[in-house]
Amino acid sequence: MPAVSKGDGMRGLAVFISDIRNCKSKEAEIKRINKELANIRSKFKGDKALDGYSKKKYVCKLLFIFLLGHDIDFGHMEAVNLLSSNRYTEKQIGYLFISVLVNSNSELIRLINNAIKNDLASRNPTFMGLALHCIANVGSREMAEAFAGEIPKILVAGDTMDSVKQSAALCLLRLYRTSPDLVPMGDWTSRVVHLLNDQHLGVVTAATSLITTLAQKNPEEFKTSVSLAVSRLSRIVTSASTDLQDYTYYFVPAPWLSVKLLRLLQCYPPPEDPAVRGRLTECLETILNKAQEPPKSKKVQHSNAKNAVLFEAISLIIHHDSEPNLLVRACNQLGQFLQHRETNLRYLALESMCTLASSEFSHEAVKTHIETVINALKTERDVSVRQRAVDLLYAMCDRSNAQQIVAEMLNYLETADYSIREEIVLKVAILAEKYAVDYTWYVDTILNLIRIAGDYVSEEVWYRVIQIVINRDDVQGYAAKTVFEALQAPACHENLVKVGGYILGEFGNLIAGDPRSSPLIQFNLLHSKFHLCSVPTRALLLSTYIKFVNLFPEIKTTIQDVLRSDSQLKNADVELQQRAVEYLRLSTIASTDILATVLEEMPPFPERESSILAKLKKKKGPGTVTDLEEIKKERSSDMNGSAEPATVVVSLKSTPSPSADLLGLGAAPATNSAPPPSSSGNLLVDVFSDSPSAVAPLAPGSDDNFARFVCKNNGVLFENQLLQIGLKSEFRQNLGRMFIFYGNKTSTQFLNFTPTVICSDDLQSNILKCTMLDGGAQVQQVVNIECVSDFMEAPILNIQFRYGGTFQNLSVKLPITLNKFFQPTEMSSQDFFQRWKQLSNPKQEVQNIFKAKHPMDAEITKAKIIGFGSALLEEVDPNPANFVGAGIIHTKTTQIGCLLRLEPNLQAQSTEEGKRLSPSEQLVLESQVVAV
Amino acid sequence: MIKFFLMVNKQGQTRLSRYYEHVEINKRTMLEAEVIKNCLSRSKDECSFIEYKDFKLVYRQYAALFIVVGIDQTENEMAVYELIHNFVEVLDKYFSRVSELDIMFNLDRVHIILDEMVLNGCIVETNRNRILAPLFVLDKVAEG
Repeated sequence: MPAVSKGDGMRGLAVFISDIRNCKSKEAEIKRINKELANIRSKFKGDKALDGYSKKKYVCKLLFIFLLGHDIDFGHMEAVNLLSSNRYTEKQIGYLFISVLVNSNSELIRLINNAIKNDLASRNPTFMGLALHCIANVGSREMAEAFAGEIPKILVAGDTMDSVKQSAALCLLRLYRTSPDLVPMGDWTSRVVHLLNDQHLGVVTAATSLITTLAQKNPEEFKTSVSLAVSRLSRIVTSASTDLQDYTYYFVPAPWLSVKLLRLLQCYPPPEDPAVRGRLTECLETILNKAQEPPKSKKVQHSNAKNAVLFEAISLIIHHDSEPNLLVRACNQLGQFLQHRETNLRYLALESMCTLASSEFSHEAVKTHIETVINALKTERDVSVRQRAVDLLYAMCDRSNAQQIVAEMLNYLETADYSIREEIVLKVAILAEKYAVDYTWYVDTILNLIRIAGDYVSEEVWYRVIQIVINRDDVQGYAAKTVFEALQAPACHENLVKVGGYILGEFGNLIAGDPRSSPLIQFNLLHSKFHLCSVPTRALLLSTYIKFVNLFPEIKTTIQDVLRSDSQLKNADVELQQRAVEYLRLSTIASTDILATVLEEMPPFPERESSILAKLKKKKGPGTVTDLEEIKKERSSDMNGSAEPATVVVSLKSTPSPSADLLGLGAAPATNSAPPPSSSGNLLVDVFSDSPSAVAPLAPGSDDNFARFVCKNNGVLFENQLLQIGLKSEFRQNLGRMFIFYGNKTSTQFLNFTPTVICSDDLQSNILKCTMLDGGAQVQQVVNIECVSDFMEAPILNIQFRYGGTFQNLSVKLPITLNKFFQPTEMSSQDFFQRWKQLSNPKQEVQNIFKAKHPMDAEITKAKIIGFGSALLEEVDPNPANFVGAGIIHTKTTQIGCLLRLEPNLQAQSTEEGKRLSPSEQLVLESQVVAV
Repeated sequence: MIKFFLMVNKQGQTRLSRYYEHVEINKRTMLEAEVIKNCLSRSKDECSFIEYKDFKLVYRQYAALFIVVGIDQTENEMAVYELIHNFVEVLDKYFSRVSELDIMFNLDRVHIILDEMVLNGCIVETNRNRILAPLFVLDKVAEG
């Protein structure tokens, strides 16, 4: 065994690892591991004090077991003990165990901090290195508190060893990421910038990472880094391949450092100083030139390293977007890579070119590669490369090439991987609409989409084609003719039936003159698809039929016969049944005039942002669909509006949901407009009666759950042995919709199941009547919410039912709080504080100081503020430790701007100030929940 | 930023794992299994970068061992791809022709090497001699 284990091989460890290797099955391995764990546990618990070597050996074994995927819940103490050993090997294992296994909120941090403190003070560079590595890898808040003052000093001290400086730089970066408030900028910042000039390239590498992160947050403070980075880069780029000795990798001078420097420069606009700018341009040109020179080595490592730098240089050129000459050269270089035999290069070139396509200087140059990209779509074997090709085609599309690109995408769609079909469908639909000069082309394209990839055509896409056809009368006849032809196919996608049904119902008359598409033929064609379709499509077709009654009186009797048939009138589905009954009746009793009015052609849809675009944005995440016109909705905010009296008017309406009627409980749940059973007038509640008018006190624990919903919209609101109540809600401006799911956890039916929403006197609410809830079943209730004016009390959901003979009555608060109607607002620091000062009236301001219940984590707090609904304004407050938010509360009657500041102080107490009454009083209450 | 650094063999056994952001142990095993499945399902002429959840995987294969690095969008794929090779060359130099067994039996040393190269998710040192310097000190102490 010692043959494979280097240095002071630990025999016991080697034996254990060999045993694991020899295990024939997973079971055997687990057995062996459990045996070892038991052994180590007893050794650690034993009376005999273990020497450093044994501790090290056992800790090493635990590390190995952890690597195999088993949780380790002991041994931490022994590892901490190793930290104070004077032997490097033991100390190192101790630190390794801690940085791999200890997470930042461990209770051991204090002990670990002690050991780190000793090692930092030891002046022994190897020990200091280990301690700094540990901080850099664990980086907890407590560590930041203990060392944030010390580390900048180590970093910039003249006598610090290079390797220690490197670790210190990354250490500081970690602490800045986790607790920026504890790493105040100071004298050290300018000296850190000068580390870019350090003789030692390792130090420069580490410092560049640190400076890049700091510069992103404090661009002004680190502005001087630009010229230093440029001169450093220039020295590297122009150096001979042997100048940098060990930092040269396969004849490429310091490739990783070059990449980092180019990244750092991407935090800034092009340098203003012409000398610096000239030097940078020279660097970038040199890098581009080198790509054309014959390689200094045939090794792939050489060209890879060179290309890593080249791609980063191109990113910088694209980022600056100011030198047409460089942009075009970059584009040509990428064009070469598009045909390179290395797949990696083709992938990266496509990706990079995608961003290049949005620059006005290089858009045309990118377009010249269209044939290559189309070819990539057809021939690439790797789906991720094809995906990039689709993205690039989308990005380079404009009016001149839209027809070609859309046609190629449609071609590709026939064989495309399932994983990317939906996205391609959305892209085609958007391009076809955006660049349609001729709407017949648009209609053809969308119908083709449905034909080729019907399953991937979402509702948004086919809704959109109908909107467009209805809004443009020049295309209606063509659309009717085309769908009619498309429907001739013996098997056509259901989405086509939907579009066809809708369009023929509206515009079938435009083609009825042709005997080949006479009214009866149109009707028979649609009806031949009817029985193969799902319920919603059949419902749509029934509407088409009644529209036909109006358009084509000559086939009225045929249609009436169909509606009258048993399969319609007695259909098991209530929706279909109801439509058949009502349409039949309508066609029988209404006069032609009334029919013509009721069944008039649909009015044009209001123009608005394409819902397809919204969907693609959602799919790809914001910011990725940048080349299309972004609709920025400026929300007018009334920051100086008068304070409203705090009347509570939330109107709640509940709509019966389809899943409720699927249970088939009685007639379709009638929307009951009777006032809710109010307990306010009836103080005498008969305790012996199980009359449903008695509202139960709030269920225990429901307040905790309530608090959790302040910042989120979905989750489990309540759960006991019988019942689980889940929520899904969405809010927009002053409106909201809440889906309440009631799950019966037992196997027995609940009888008289009556959920009721109770608001205060001013509220109206409607009740979902649902008399039984089967064992194991779930029903859903939809509540529509409108915030009429600001309010304090959340509505209460009361649920009553019988379970096994006993009456159950419980109440939970529905998490509808004022902040749900918050719309985030971005504003600059100046605006913010100007408004903040204006709101000085005591009625407009609420301040609250409270103790944080948990350690404050900046990221969690940020997430909470965003979840709370306000915009999180970064870099607004001069004190970086503070959190600042702004938003507008939308009610039906008014809009109220709200500003909030969370000022944590060192003792982890929090101060929250909210401005703008009256809702702020409640907001502060809620935001306490947020801040803990 | 580098999110994690993994060495997994073709059988899906993890030989080295280093996470630069805290990940629960059960999520680690799941992630490692999925990552290796992704890599194994790819052929030689597919590219070495895989989009995976909200980050990218960069991988290289050495005999039966895959080295997979998870990165976010602030990293340069090609630079990370070569970082992997640089790491392997350092291992090769230290162990003189490194094998999977060397990595298993000397996990602590492999960790030291990696820690010298990547710290807190950032590349910190690329010079082979300097990466190995602390290890040589360590070995001298052990012999002496």
